[in-house]
Amino acid sequence: MAIAIPIPVRRRRTITRRLPAMLALVPAAIAVVVVYLGCMLWTVRLSFTSSKLLPTLDFVGLEQYERLLGNARFLISVQNVVIFGALFLIGCLVLGFLLAVFIDQRVRVEGTLRTIYLYPHAMSFIVTGLVWQWFLNPTLGLQKLVQDAGWQSFTFDWLVNKQMVVYTLVIAGVWQFVGLIMAILLAGLRGVEEDLWKAARVDGIPTWRVYVSIVLPILRPMVITSTVLLAIAVVKVYDLVVAMTNGGPGTSSEMPAKFVMDHLFERANVGLAMACATFMLITVIAVLAPWLYSQYGPRARRRPA
Amino acid sequence: MTAAEPAGRRPRHVTWGRIGVYAFLLASALFFLLPLWIMLLTSVKTMDEIRLGNILALPADPTFQPWIAAWSEACTGLACDGIQVGFWNSVRILIPSVILSILIGALNGYALSFWRVRGAEVLFAVLLIGAFIPYQVFLYPLVRLFSVFGIYNSLTGIVIVHIVFGMPIMTLLFRNFYSSLPRELFNAARIDGGGFATIFLRVMLPMSTPMLIVAVILQVTGIWNDFILGLTFAGRENLPMTVQLNNIVNSVQGERAYNVDMAATVLTALVPLVVYFASGRWFVRGIAAGAVKG
Repeated sequence: MAIAIPIPVRRRRTITRRLPAMLALVPAAIAVVVVYLGCMLWTVRLSFTSSKLLPTLDFVGLEQYERLLGNARFLISVQNVVIFGALFLIGCLVLGFLLAVFIDQRVRVEGTLRTIYLYPHAMSFIVTGLVWQWFLNPTLGLQKLVQDAGWQSFTFDWLVNKQMVVYTLVIAGVWQFVGLIMAILLAGLRGVEEDLWKAARVDGIPTWRVYVSIVLPILRPMVITSTVLLAIAVVKVYDLVVAMTNGGPGTSSEMPAKFVMDHLFERANVGLAMACATFMLITVIAVLAPWLYSQYGPRARRRPA
Repeated sequence: MTAAEPAGRRPRHVTWGRIGVYAFLLASALFFLLPLWIMLLTSVKTMDEIRLGNILALPADPTFQPWIAAWSEACTGLACDGIQVGFWNSVRILIPSVILSILIGALNGYALSFWRVRGAEVLFAVLLIGAFIPYQVFLYPLVRLFSVFGIYNSLTGIVIVHIVFGMPIMTLLFRNFYSSLPRELFNAARIDGGGFATIFLRVMLPMSTPMLIVAVILQVTGIWNDFILGLTFAGRENLPMTVQLNNIVNSVQGERAYNVDMAATVLTALVPLVVYFASGRWFVRGIAAGAVKG
């Protein structure tokens, strides 16, 4: 039945007809207006106040932001989120791409391997954090394991080492997220034409060269989507830190998301917390805007959402 | 779209390259399985064995005592009722949150796909962008707002929060699905005199089974694994399992019972893992569709 039958609808009746649809969208409208827009603007507004335990509505200009930039704990948080973010992104993309390529070599038990690579993503960051905290525990975990095996001088105390603790978060984060990236990139690899491989074989181009020079550019959209997903996950990182290190030792693994929570609910410094939240918001917008523009902007090719 | 066959070259015989491929894949599989293995082993060992033995070794004297202790005796602060309290709290949060968020998502998707409502597209765009914004940006005003309405620290509060923050992905999921259905279907139903609710309940919803499965998988794992929202909005009486787990493990004074900790961790991971292993390819579909949620 390919023929669409136009329904004649009289204008004054359309409003009553569409009323139920409008009513159905009321919860969405409330969520958007009150939470997504209202609460966000309120947060930004509060970042310009001197609010401590309770919100006030005075205006102190950029005072909270100045305080934020002079706050050692915040500066550590930013440094950590940059280190964590860079390594987490590179780790997930490189390992995820390698896993996708290797699993795409017509291997046996592909389904089982995929299941194994992806299962960490089904679990909570709290679970991931606690498991890795236990495994990397210097007294009873990996360090002891290697020492007991005969290598007495082996040390792996990153979890309690101020300089190295952020790298343990990278390990756990990659462990949890890389399966997702593999799944996204694998879907892209499966979309590469078989003819491309035939042509490359005829021309005698080495396989690795085809992957780097031809396949990778084809996978560009998937790589970009993965990067955006990972970048957003970096800004959000909170549960993992709380479970694995709780910001420690000392303040050496603090993160901005945790800074906000601590200053809101423990340190009763709402203004400063809201300044940090606004800072996170700006970071996300900076990541999101170019991507949204390239996907849905005027120059983007129309494609089904 | 996705082809069913792998795209790589077809292997002709065993070469060093093939061995390398398998070596890499197996080494990676070990890396992913190791924490699960350690978690399970530790949870059935005695503390003596944990202190003296090898973290990878099979238990000499397997015991389920840590599991029992984790379930019904482990302490969070002053209360020592085990993680079962958190389990039941999570169940009480999960059921209404999953049902309501899926229902609202389906309704939104349906209204957006078939009923031209003024401003609906703008609503949808803001919702989608909102999905990317960290919770910290909304949390504090939301706490104040909920206090005013008297639903801060309550089951109602946390369910509303899950509905609101699940709305972007649920709406996206159903909107994409309903948009892919032929428009004639809707027109035919209109000609037969169907109104908004009738068409939704008798035509659309019965066709939505695949999306409903994906939505249930997404929401069950997502809401079960949530930590920050439960911590902030549920209140002392309703803390979900993830929050209780973290309290049990990380706020203990004195010597830590690692076997009990790991048993509690396994118990918390169990629900999403069962969903994951039981749903197989559906889970991959779900996260591919829900990738926005990050």
